[in-house]
Amino acid sequence: MTIDVIPFYLFGAVAVVASLLVIAQRSPIYSVLLLIASFGALSGLYVLLDAPFVAVIQIIVYAGAIMVLFLFVVMLLNAPHEETEEDLAREAGSRPRSASSGLKVFGVVLAALFVVELGWALTRRGGGAFPGRPVTSVAAIGLSLFTDYAFAFEVTSVLILVAMVGAVVLAHREPAGGNAHWGEGGSQGGPPE
Amino acid sequence: MNGMPTLDQYLVLSAILFAIGTAGVFVRRNVITILLSIEIMLNAVNLTFVAFGRALGSSDGQIIVFFVMTVAAAEAAVGLAIVIALFRHRQSLDPDTFTLLKW
Repeated sequence: MTIDVIPFYLFGAVAVVASLLVIAQRSPIYSVLLLIASFGALSGLYVLLDAPFVAVIQIIVYAGAIMVLFLFVVMLLNAPHEETEEDLAREAGSRPRSASSGLKVFGVVLAALFVVELGWALTRRGGGAFPGRPVTSVAAIGLSLFTDYAFAFEVTSVLILVAMVGAVVLAHREPAGGNAHWGEGGSQGGPPE
Repeated sequence: MNGMPTLDQYLVLSAILFAIGTAGVFVRRNVITILLSIEIMLNAVNLTFVAFGRALGSSDGQIIVFFVMTVAAAEAAVGLAIVIALFRHRQSLDPDTFTLLKW
C-alpha cells in the first residue's frame, strides 16, 4: 500500500488555500485564475479516489469551459474592482452600510457552523479506509449512465438547450429604438441614477 | 495515518471547502465572485459524492458528479448572462445596487 496521505494533504491544502484566496481577492480576474488552481487540486484528489474519469472531466469541463466563460465575462465587463470600504464611506450618501458588515459577520459565523456541523454529521458513520475495489473504468460508468440513468441524461440535454436559449435571450442587446419583442425595450439604456 | 487517507478526511475537507464557498457568498460584494463561491460549494459537494461512491464501491457517485457538472455549466451560462444584463443597466457589479424590486 503506497503512501497516499502525502498527496492528499498536498492537494487538499492547495484546494483550501486557493479557495480562500478566491474569496480574499478584490479583483475578479485573480479570483477566476485561483479557482482554476483549486479545481486542479480537486482533480488530483479525484485521481486519489480512483475516479480518473471525473478527474479528467473536472479539468476539461470545469477548468477548461466554465472558467473560461467566467474569464470572458470578467474581461467583457472590464473587470471593475470591488469598492473598498473607504470608497464606499466617501460616497456614502443614503445607502446604509451597517447591514452589510452585519451580513459579513453572519456569513463567517454560518461558515464556521457549516464546518463543524457538516464535518460532524458526515463523519458520524465512522468511515475508515476504503474497502472493496473501486469502479475506475469509463466503460462501466458509461454503461450505467446510458442504461440506469438514461432518462436523466436526456433531461440534461433539454436543460442545456434551455440554458443556452435563456443565456442568449438574457444577454441579448436590444437595438436602440428598434422593435423590442421582449424586455422593456432598448430606448432607455442610459446610465442609471 | 498509515497508507491511504480515510473517508473521514475527504469529508472534512469537503466541509471546509463548502464553508469557504458559503462565507464567500456573504462576504464578497461582487456578483461574479459570488457566482465563483457557488462553484466552490458545488465542487465541495462533488468531492463528497465521489468519496462516498468510492467508499460504497459503486459508480453512482461519479455519475451524479457528471450531472452536477452539467447543471453547473447551465447555471454559469444563465447566471453570467444575467450579470451582463445587470451590468448593462446599472454599470456596477455590486449586488447592493440592484434594488429595483425592493420597496
